[in-house]
Amino acid sequence: MADGVATLAKPIEERDAIVIRFAGDSGDGMQVTGMQFTTGSALAGNDLATLPDFPAEIRAPAGTLAGVSAFQLNFSSLPVFTPGDDLDVLVAMNPAALKTNVEDLKAGGILIVDKESFHEQNLKKAGYDHNPLTDGSLARYQLFQIDVTKLTTAALQDLGLSARSVFRCRNFFCLGVTSWLYHRPIEPAEQWIRDKFRKTPELVEANVRALHAGYHFSENAELFAVSYSVKPAVIPPGRYRNITGNTATALGFVAAAHKAKRPLFLGSYPITPASDVLHELSTLKQFDVYTFQAEDEIAGVGAALGAAFGGAIAITTTSGPGMNLKAETIGLALAVELPLVITDIQRAGPSTGMPTKTEQADLLMAMYGRHGEAPVPVLAAATPADCFTMAYEAVRIAVKYMTPVILLSDGFLANGAEPWPIPDPDTLPDVPVTFRTDPGGFFPYVRDEESLSRPWVIPGTPGLEHRIGGLEKEYLTGNVSYAPTNHEQMMRVRARKVAGIVREIPPTEVFGPADGELLLVGWGGTYGSIRQATSQLQAAGHRVAHVHLRHLNPLPADLESILGRYRRVLVPEINLGQLVRLLRAEYLVDAIGFNKVQGRPFKVAEIVARCLKLLNGEHGEVPS
Amino acid sequence: MSAPGASEPKLGKKDFVSDQDVRWCPGCGDYAILSQVQKVLPELGIPRERFVFVSGIGCSSRFPYYVNTYGFHSIHGRAPAIATGLKASRPELSVWIVTGDGDALSIGGNHVIHLLRRNLDVNVLLFNNKIYGLTKGQYSPTSEVGKITKSTPIGSVDHPFDPIALALGAEASFVARSVDVETRHLQDIVRRAHEHRGTSFVEILQNCNVFNDGAFADVTEKATKADHTLVLEHGKPLVFGKDRDRGIRLRNFQPEVVQLGDGVTEADLLVHDETNPALAYLIARLGPPDFPTPIGVFTAVERPCYDAALGQQIASARAKNPPDLRALLNRGDTWTVS
Repeated sequence: MADGVATLAKPIEERDAIVIRFAGDSGDGMQVTGMQFTTGSALAGNDLATLPDFPAEIRAPAGTLAGVSAFQLNFSSLPVFTPGDDLDVLVAMNPAALKTNVEDLKAGGILIVDKESFHEQNLKKAGYDHNPLTDGSLARYQLFQIDVTKLTTAALQDLGLSARSVFRCRNFFCLGVTSWLYHRPIEPAEQWIRDKFRKTPELVEANVRALHAGYHFSENAELFAVSYSVKPAVIPPGRYRNITGNTATALGFVAAAHKAKRPLFLGSYPITPASDVLHELSTLKQFDVYTFQAEDEIAGVGAALGAAFGGAIAITTTSGPGMNLKAETIGLALAVELPLVITDIQRAGPSTGMPTKTEQADLLMAMYGRHGEAPVPVLAAATPADCFTMAYEAVRIAVKYMTPVILLSDGFLANGAEPWPIPDPDTLPDVPVTFRTDPGGFFPYVRDEESLSRPWVIPGTPGLEHRIGGLEKEYLTGNVSYAPTNHEQMMRVRARKVAGIVREIPPTEVFGPADGELLLVGWGGTYGSIRQATSQLQAAGHRVAHVHLRHLNPLPADLESILGRYRRVLVPEINLGQLVRLLRAEYLVDAIGFNKVQGRPFKVAEIVARCLKLLNGEHGEVPS
Repeated sequence: MSAPGASEPKLGKKDFVSDQDVRWCPGCGDYAILSQVQKVLPELGIPRERFVFVSGIGCSSRFPYYVNTYGFHSIHGRAPAIATGLKASRPELSVWIVTGDGDALSIGGNHVIHLLRRNLDVNVLLFNNKIYGLTKGQYSPTSEVGKITKSTPIGSVDHPFDPIALALGAEASFVARSVDVETRHLQDIVRRAHEHRGTSFVEILQNCNVFNDGAFADVTEKATKADHTLVLEHGKPLVFGKDRDRGIRLRNFQPEVVQLGDGVTEADLLVHDETNPALAYLIARLGPPDFPTPIGVFTAVERPCYDAALGQQIASARAKNPPDLRALLNRGDTWTVS
């Protein structure tokens, strides 16, 4: 290495994958920083997955533990299934961010802190008796103390901005630092800044300068001895964009309605973590999208059902507490047999629970949470991008079978992001919608022989005037009927109709050997963790396979035989054992639950460890 | 869709009678209301298939089954929500909500006030019998304090709502009251409700002869009604009484009943003005025991409708930015892997 030209000669080390987390105060712009780093990584050709983690409080008091907001990204030259278990890099903007996140950093991992924020007041707010930067408690990490505030201020000093405005540019300084360290392009972030602050040129200048200052500081300062490169991943050819689950859900609905050539009507009441779907759809009115922010959850689903009666593709979006409130209307929708998609973006419950944290504990509510025998098809998205596919599929099933459909997503999928191979609209499946207009032989409940669905007749159709309602109906005519055997006939036909949706489910994909020691069965947002764990176990020579269910009601027809081909069945879930109950009840299979309810996804290592125990002969708890 | 042309047979009441047996108790006020509505509908010049009746739960909510149009008998209190979604996405339909005092003001109170606030162009017919009929006789949110019912054996301690005052408080653009047995008046009000652009809120005093018989006897019995009913007419002074010799005067911002004559003339009385919601609220507070019960249109004002405004936003979004699904899916930062 030539002396004095360290900036040119700093060695580059190659890495397969990096897990980085940006953590700071909720006002520090950590989500923006993370998103921009993600965009840079996507454009650099890496596979990736992200996990934002923010507090429920919009702005908890600055510097407190409750106010810490974080964004995690896993980017790799190999296929990525999860946002990553342990961190290679942690950027902590203040003591509170350090305290709540440092435990996840690997020994020897890179820890970047804003040195000046570790002053007495902030240390106290975070509950530190001693300054961790100087008391030796961080010795197991590579600690880089940077004067972020001072350096940002210096870079912006001639702009005449307030100290507060300067302080708010610190996140882009850190983005610059980390972008150099991992060879990320900074041009996309620069473009984002120009778009975002286009009405205030001085903020464009300030943030762009902070970004460059951070980048050059990293490059020139005698701080980082090496930088790291992560090669592009081998990804199937095509055009990609990065997409969150909530955006994918919104686009899936728009695409399905567009394909059906019908308006899309969303009735919704704001609720975390579902509101972004409402926000997204409210910007897409040119696609004949009606968004109705209702007075409450019940009105949201009620309005959607009214729109369905009128012939719209009708949807409602909510989370657990809202699902409780919508239950009666879902029952009405299935009694009147109108198409409606209810999206439950699950969060940690019960009650208000932890609104910004993920969980998948609403499965049994989706299956059974209505009075009477009230079968409803239930679908679940497996990844952020899969939300598009499953939202689309939910609409297709709803209109084909004239039924409400529950689509389950969760907070992890909703806010997490991954690269999405953008589909060609022309190759999306058809969503045929036909309104009956022929009065000949018409009865409101005359059924299609195969699907058992009734005709969709919309008000405004001459000669087909009829009444529907929640009272039990006479088979065929739909007139109110209390006849005992008619009630049973109607119950059974509604159940048979939903059960028949099994014909829509493609053959189950088994990842791994067709038989073996262990089958992992998952659903929803646990896909990535389970898939990666399965890969690792397979690489270690175990006969382990993974099945991920996207259709929960009805279950796939081939599932029973698949379950029978493995010595053990393990069902990891972010709940206390719900799918495992369904599988045990449905198939009399000795499935074992593996459960975690901490508001966080599974770590791959947790699943691997549990599987190894099982493979070594230790059984486990069955649902109690 | 075209309006019935000259070649089409003119619709009559019988075209709006469904094939279902009407199953209200004999003597129920609902029969009279059904009959007046069925008489008015064919006169409105709208093809039958464009009418939709949406209801909740309760005796009144059986109404849609008996009208041969499109109908939706939904769940308790939720008719306004369902009607909102329908009307917002299909503004060309004539949407009618049929509800009762329990359905609209108790379990569905939230939806009613927000419907009125948004001013969707729909009509609300609220049958107020001041009792729960379908559940067999509990007090309702319009029952008077002290009411003895099955659930209040020693008298209700619940203060009631006045539906008219509530609707006015919720910014309703059209508020009216009629009476089940006042056939001509009821027809006129139903017609005006239809003509009004925006949510038309109509309270219909309705006798439940089984659980609350005679609740409105003062305004329905021949012997008493002229002295106990104040018929509101736009631009006319507030006069009532068998001999039309009494009126309502405002004194120190307080309404009072005055006898005409002895120096008091109609010029001293309050003059009804449907375009003045403040006056409507004052009149809404009149009623027994000290005042006659006002019936007629309390207020009728023009205000933008939610359905029209939403439709306009969609139309202008389409005009400005034609829908392009491919472009939408490819929005934002994209990259190509080859």
